[in-house]
Amino acid sequence: MYAFTQHRPATVRQAASLLAKQEEAKLLAGGHTLIPTMKLRLAGPKHLIDLSKVEGLTGIEMRGRSLIVGAMTPHVEVQTSPVVKENFPALAELAGKIGDPAVRHRGTIGGSIANNDPNADYPAAALGLGATIITNKRRIPADEFFKGLFETALEPDEIITKVQFPKVNKAAYVKFPNPASRYALVGVFVSKRGSEIRVAVTGAGANGVFRVSAFEQALKKRFGVKSLEGLSVPADGMASDIHGSAEYRAHLIGVLARRAVAAAG
Amino acid sequence: MKLPVKMTINGQMYSHEVEPRLLLVHYIRETVGLTGTHVGCDTSQCGACTILMGGQAVKACNFFAVQCDGAKITTIEGLAKNGELHPIQQGFWEKHGLQCGFCTPGMILAAHQMLERYPKPSEEQIRHQLEGNLCRCTGYHNIVKAIQWAAEQMAGKK
Amino acid sequence: MATATIERLIGKSIKRREDPRFITGRGTYVDDVKLPGTTHAVFVRSPHAHARIKKIDTTAAAKHPGVVAIFTGKDMTGVNSLPCGWLLPDLKVPPHMPLASDAARYVGDPVAVVIAETEDAALDAADKVKVTWDVLPAVSATDKADARTSAQIHEVAPSNVAFKWQIGDAGAVDTAFRNAARVVKKKIVNQRLVANPMEPRACLARYDAATGDLTLWVTSQNPHVHRLLMAAFVLGIPEQKVRVIAPDVGGAFGSKIFLYNEETICSWATRQIKRPVRWTSTRREAFQTDAHGRDHVTEAEMGFAADGKIVGLRVKTIANMGAYLSTFAPAVPTYLYATLLNGVYTIPAIHAHVTGVFTNTTPVDAYRGAGRPEAAYLLERMIEAGAAALKMDTVEIRRKNFIPKFDNGFQTQVALNYDSGNYAAAFDKLLRMLDYRKARSDQEAARKQGRFLGIGFSTYIEACSIAPSKVVGSLGAQAGLYESGKVRVHPTGGVTVYTGSHSHGQGHETTFSQLVADELGIPMEQIEIVHGDTGAIPFGMGTYGSRSASVGGTALLMSLNKIKEKGKKIAAHLLEASPGDIEYANGQFQVKGFPGKAVPFGQVALTAYVPHKYPEGLEPGLEETSFYDPSNFCFPFGAHACVVEVDRDTGQVKVLRYLAVDDVGNVMNPMIVDGMVHGGIAQGVGQALLEGAVYDKDGQLVTGSLMDYCMPRADNLPVLKVDMTKTASPSNPLGIKGCGEAGAIAAPVAVINAITDAIGSEDLAMPATAQTVWQALQKANNRREAA
Repeated sequence: MYAFTQHRPATVRQAASLLAKQEEAKLLAGGHTLIPTMKLRLAGPKHLIDLSKVEGLTGIEMRGRSLIVGAMTPHVEVQTSPVVKENFPALAELAGKIGDPAVRHRGTIGGSIANNDPNADYPAAALGLGATIITNKRRIPADEFFKGLFETALEPDEIITKVQFPKVNKAAYVKFPNPASRYALVGVFVSKRGSEIRVAVTGAGANGVFRVSAFEQALKKRFGVKSLEGLSVPADGMASDIHGSAEYRAHLIGVLARRAVAAAG
Repeated sequence: MKLPVKMTINGQMYSHEVEPRLLLVHYIRETVGLTGTHVGCDTSQCGACTILMGGQAVKACNFFAVQCDGAKITTIEGLAKNGELHPIQQGFWEKHGLQCGFCTPGMILAAHQMLERYPKPSEEQIRHQLEGNLCRCTGYHNIVKAIQWAAEQMAGKK
Repeated sequence: MATATIERLIGKSIKRREDPRFITGRGTYVDDVKLPGTTHAVFVRSPHAHARIKKIDTTAAAKHPGVVAIFTGKDMTGVNSLPCGWLLPDLKVPPHMPLASDAARYVGDPVAVVIAETEDAALDAADKVKVTWDVLPAVSATDKADARTSAQIHEVAPSNVAFKWQIGDAGAVDTAFRNAARVVKKKIVNQRLVANPMEPRACLARYDAATGDLTLWVTSQNPHVHRLLMAAFVLGIPEQKVRVIAPDVGGAFGSKIFLYNEETICSWATRQIKRPVRWTSTRREAFQTDAHGRDHVTEAEMGFAADGKIVGLRVKTIANMGAYLSTFAPAVPTYLYATLLNGVYTIPAIHAHVTGVFTNTTPVDAYRGAGRPEAAYLLERMIEAGAAALKMDTVEIRRKNFIPKFDNGFQTQVALNYDSGNYAAAFDKLLRMLDYRKARSDQEAARKQGRFLGIGFSTYIEACSIAPSKVVGSLGAQAGLYESGKVRVHPTGGVTVYTGSHSHGQGHETTFSQLVADELGIPMEQIEIVHGDTGAIPFGMGTYGSRSASVGGTALLMSLNKIKEKGKKIAAHLLEASPGDIEYANGQFQVKGFPGKAVPFGQVALTAYVPHKYPEGLEPGLEETSFYDPSNFCFPFGAHACVVEVDRDTGQVKVLRYLAVDDVGNVMNPMIVDGMVHGGIAQGVGQALLEGAVYDKDGQLVTGSLMDYCMPRADNLPVLKVDMTKTASPSNPLGIKGCGEAGAIAAPVAVINAITDAIGSEDLAMPATAQTVWQALQKANNRREAA
């Protein structure tokens, strides 16, 4: 672990100004991705801005037809929240599949989305539900937020404060975990909101989370497993490593998408 | 620059000045001197360092000590009360839920959280809830039995 | 004085005596030992698989605050190579210096050590050590190591060949194959594994400048072996000045047998800086530097007669040794593997040829089962292939080939003489537990619903209780493999037992107490077991190869018998009887036939230390030491079955049922034996489905953390159903065979056979990950379509 200076701002504004001012600064949310990376000396921020004392970053509520989740809300709260379970059962289920119980106690939605790990679960939910990422500066539609491996639309001094999910008619997430890390080897999130269909895939893309428009088009005609029959995703553009070749990942997308559509009902 | 940190561990208050990069698990093991919390990996997979913080099972290798200022922590050393083993500890003993003992403190505390949330867990639930804790000796068979045993005892006590 | 017969404890599931400290967090593992003034060592390791070291510049690092000392290989003058403890004929033994100074030969090879006041300071400074590398071509693939184009790793080993070795009768196999109805041929890969005990390796070395004594706390399965190899062979320190302590050790599975660079360097360094030096491996370092296991590539051929009888077996194996020869590496793919290729079957002709090769990878040595899982895997895959070729039932073909029941000796075609066996009995019991016929009909029913179920079997034999010194010596072992046991009776009747065996999860404090309690008729509370400290125990060989109960236990039994014999003389004197008329029963020495005429054990003990009324010429005191060198290995055996379901769409395998019948001879504590079988099965299922160390072609370890190397978790396993048959071993007076490795030997192939049964494919590499199985399904589909 490299040495760093710890900062404990009390407000988002303070946090943002620290982030702007200090060189090589990083935000510390749940820390469940960042700290292991720092332990292995794969990351060595000079300044760590601990968000745990910042007020107003946690909480779950329905506002109109949208669910608002504070960025520092740990996975376990999303998993067990009656509000989420009632209105977004797929999201609660997804949260319950992240990491392991100890990770779920501390890992946060904001941290996961900001990190945009290509194998993380939450980016699939954000993209798959058409979420809006709310920061200290603006509102960013999920479609414009995820920019590639560990890359997002966030500016250097921008901090996610909330994530807003519009209510959908149907949704489901099916995950095929990497058996070692339990991140998603492939995860597929499908949703239906009126005529808007989303099929978002995490884990598989060489460039991070993405939507499968061919599947969406097919499901738009009729939201059912049969609509996906015979459809597949090309292996081009898929990630490939010891856990899964591009071909296997592409194949899994088809399988999981069909299962997700079936689960969404 | 060192920072002050204060926390309650097993009912006792500790106060130290520590480097920001000091991990909670090292604070507990090296600074406080409670060595029952173990370090088995560097990627937060193994769960040997599982403790209870504010009643929640968490991995102590995934926190900086300074993040835990004001926290209330229970480690394996604090689970038995007045010399009486907690039913989960007893269960691990009765059902041979350990061999080398290295993963055991983390297993027991993970089970503690589990039984709070699911007082009557199914076998499948137990296995699923242990996904953050690795054991290389037991094949988990007797760990599952130990937790089932403890669940029964705890249900009986209520 | 009438005494009730004391209940015997051997054979009972006594709760473990060591558990209270572990379940309350009071165990003492090496990293829990804290000494004032301790410094922290961090190793600078090679990031390259193969590179010449041009220069190591420590100037900047030395200036880093908190640094106490930095050493490179050049500083370690007068230090010898880490030894190889098992020499085969014509074995090429390259130097293996604790700190490499000419070249690094695998990723993780240490080239410098930074010692600082804190671990963080040492890590920071280690970053500042500048090594100038001349990167060389590397070779990592087992079956390419001896290729002409591969880079040569050691001067002494042209073509990277460490040894070529063979056993059996090649001519007999040729003849057998000429007359065989079918000869099946297979390429069999036993992948590389990482032991991954949950406690990483660690050491703490303290030199006392005033006395010249060195104390080393180290994660070891055999502290005396560590002391001998390190002090006498490498550092040249007299053994009497070195004390090695292996306190509570958090699992080992073979990986903590060996003498490693790190404890050697820390022991050397503490003598230089005259302060304690501590090192605890990170998991990342463990992946890079703990000796790995298995890694064979084999061409095997098995010949069958038309009726399914095996007529011969030919095996050609390339075994990967890694970059250097680890302590017992050459023994594993030879004497612990090829000698087991007779299995539990009558095989009239066997020939095995083994080539050991060097590669730019972590050294490979014994890992749970060591050689025997490789043999079992090969045999049980070949017999499946034979069943398929001959269209025979997998159960039938095994039944046809079992060696018939025997009680005392069966000479194999590959040197070993099995002790006792009843292989068909274990298999039959397994079939009953499984309800084979019903399992098959369930499988058929599931198939009709489109579900792919598979049933797999394995049988195995294990050579353990390692082993007779004379035999292993003639085979190249540089050590004897006896065990020691000392019994010290205290004046008030308490007993302390000092065993050369070492427990790192096996529960010796319980099982050995059971043995002593039974033999002396005293309660367990009166007995203490001491192990793991060369300063306390007699010279011992430690624990591996499922040997503690049979070899260590017998050594103890011998000392207990000596205690009783001496006690009889003391008691005879007290009772004014002849020693020949005294017997020991229920905790008292009594005149045969007159239980009323007796003295209790405690009184005899007291008399031995207060010898006022004492036999003429008899030494005072009651303390005996024995060394037991067994006459033969022991040969546990068994049969396992596995039922899996394969997800046709994803290839994901779920183990639905796992059943085992093991015969480990007599059992001291069934609970503990079952526990070890469970653990072995989990590791075997891990090998079959999840685990595999992967190097890329440049020798980088791709699976270098628990994020990429998959360890079995609770939800990867079903409830395990284990049972026993009992065939006492005639090799030792306790009749014990050994149980530590059984599961790891039998499980991989039971699982793989179940999967191939489910998907109707012959070929499947371990680990059978979802992707691997899916690919096999695709291939099978394509074949079907083509046909």
